[in-house]
Amino acid sequence: MFKLTETAHWQEEVQDVAQRIRMRVLEHTLDQNGGYLSQACSSAEMLATLYTHLMRLGPSQAPALPPPFSGVPSQHHALKISGASYNGPKAPDLDRFIVSPTHYSLAVYAALIEIGRMAPEGLAQFNQDGSTVEMIGGEHSPGIELTSGSFGQAPSQAAGIALARKLRGDSGRVWLFMSDGEFQEGQTWEGFQAMSFYKLDNMWIYVDVNGQQVDGLMSKVMNIEPLDKRLEAFGARVCVVDGHDVEALAAPASIPPDGRPTVILAYTNPSQGIEPLEARKPYLHYVRFKNDEERRVLQEFLEQKRGG
Amino acid sequence: METVARVHARNLVNWAKDKPEVIVLSGDLTSSTEIDLFRDTYPDRFFSMGMAEQNMISFAGGLAREGYTPFIHTFAVFIYRRALDQIAMSVAYPNLRVRLFGFLPGVTTPGGATHQAIDDIAVMRTVPNMTVLETGDATDVESVLDVAQAVNGPVYVRMVRGELPRLFDAAEPMQLNRARVLSTGTDIALLSSGICTEEALRATTVLQKRGVSIQHLHITTHKPFSDPTVLETLQTVRSGIITMENHTILGGLGTEVAEMMAEAGIGKRLIRIGLNDTYIHGASKQYLMREYGLDAAALVRQVESLMNTSLDISEDDLAEVRLATMHSVFRLEAL
Repeated sequence: MFKLTETAHWQEEVQDVAQRIRMRVLEHTLDQNGGYLSQACSSAEMLATLYTHLMRLGPSQAPALPPPFSGVPSQHHALKISGASYNGPKAPDLDRFIVSPTHYSLAVYAALIEIGRMAPEGLAQFNQDGSTVEMIGGEHSPGIELTSGSFGQAPSQAAGIALARKLRGDSGRVWLFMSDGEFQEGQTWEGFQAMSFYKLDNMWIYVDVNGQQVDGLMSKVMNIEPLDKRLEAFGARVCVVDGHDVEALAAPASIPPDGRPTVILAYTNPSQGIEPLEARKPYLHYVRFKNDEERRVLQEFLEQKRGG
Repeated sequence: METVARVHARNLVNWAKDKPEVIVLSGDLTSSTEIDLFRDTYPDRFFSMGMAEQNMISFAGGLAREGYTPFIHTFAVFIYRRALDQIAMSVAYPNLRVRLFGFLPGVTTPGGATHQAIDDIAVMRTVPNMTVLETGDATDVESVLDVAQAVNGPVYVRMVRGELPRLFDAAEPMQLNRARVLSTGTDIALLSSGICTEEALRATTVLQKRGVSIQHLHITTHKPFSDPTVLETLQTVRSGIITMENHTILGGLGTEVAEMMAEAGIGKRLIRIGLNDTYIHGASKQYLMREYGLDAAALVRQVESLMNTSLDISEDDLAEVRLATMHSVFRLEAL
């Protein structure tokens, strides 16, 4: 298992992985002339902290180079290599990682590459016909356990998994990664209602609160704030942190469980680490370059970061 | 004919005794879906999910991924109408062993349009990986559990509850994708499902006395729909085919039969008895069956239409019919 926590400077290593996630996604977005770039900007520290510092995962069970798509699940076809197998085997004492908004798949693939769970060449299959490295990943895609691109369903599914693990007496935790937009979905609240009712304190939920959605600022499209108060009212334990501060991100995970699911609201900047994106706010859901000048600025930015 | 009350309540408890993987999820309709006895007998395997069906179905998907077999119980409309995306993405796409028990089909409730499942078969049939079953009597309700549990994937079961007739011998269980052959004949093929079978039997008893030769099949598996007995029946009868269902005629049994006929190149008349692309409202089962043409008299009228004759059967003739528990005609005789 690739684990960086043994050193005294885990913070620096997490920051390093986070920055490499951003640069890999930027490079890929430039190559493909578009991509889910802002999601990597906002979630890079979260994914890096989870993968390198917080989650207790075994070694990847999947080939470093993702296999081609083998068909949808059916009575006649079971997935041989699930996306979850990149996160290691399932075992009572090991953790599970569930990505709810699979629009973050590109950031997850980049994270898997930076921590050695996926080959860098695998990213060349991104969004290619017949590949599992899909744009909005499914349960066959590296690092993705559920087909959860339809928002609001993953919290409920993760809660089902967490309850089953409680019934079995597993010690491993269920980590759920969410984005703030999902809190507009009614089912999300049904899910939190159930997590709280069944006291699923083996659930640890990181939310990328970047304040934006497809149509623009969430505060203009459909407000969800005050999110901490709303979640507390639903029976969750809530921590509000700066989503780019790795120590602040990691700290809540060591608070002992108390019968409540723990939600870490990580407030983030969707252009963090890639300053030229600032000008495009708040339309960052899917970054497509409008002209050659915009592309040139970002290309130079990438070269400058890599060179420096 | 024997009638039996709360069949599912007692049967589920006995059946699940040696199946610790089976857990029951309730959507605040525990007595109404006859799982109160299960709750009291196996409290550790009963989970109250409240009135939150989208969560209940996705939650069940999570439990099924961990090796449990969740049995979801609520009214059918709250399954297939309210939570279709959850059924598709949290349960059916990953082909998980979740069993969805939907109660109050069509005219069986006076609860009005909000509670009457008139298009559940049509909707669930279009969900890939989904197996779709329907019960029509006490024996169906008892034996559907084994049929569902043997399926390696999600199953939707259209359930009847309360006081049920025992139309079929308790020793003759439902079988997957196998019609029950209730009578053999050469003039008309009659395929009925759910509560319509009991009603159809009132008519066929009289019709047969008037010399109409009817091959009557009771359908319990809507998907897969490939029973060779059904195909052979459709191919063999002379005058035409009638389907009879407590469901809209779009997408249910009538459509299943039409599709099979078209694919096999069977060019015969097909009359679909059912709800004619309409919602219904809150009233008694007897009233609704008469009002919307789902009763024995409606079947007689359609048989007359197919045979192009008048059979002079009165309401009194139909009312006098007393049904007995039947033995299926397992082996289809040469026609």
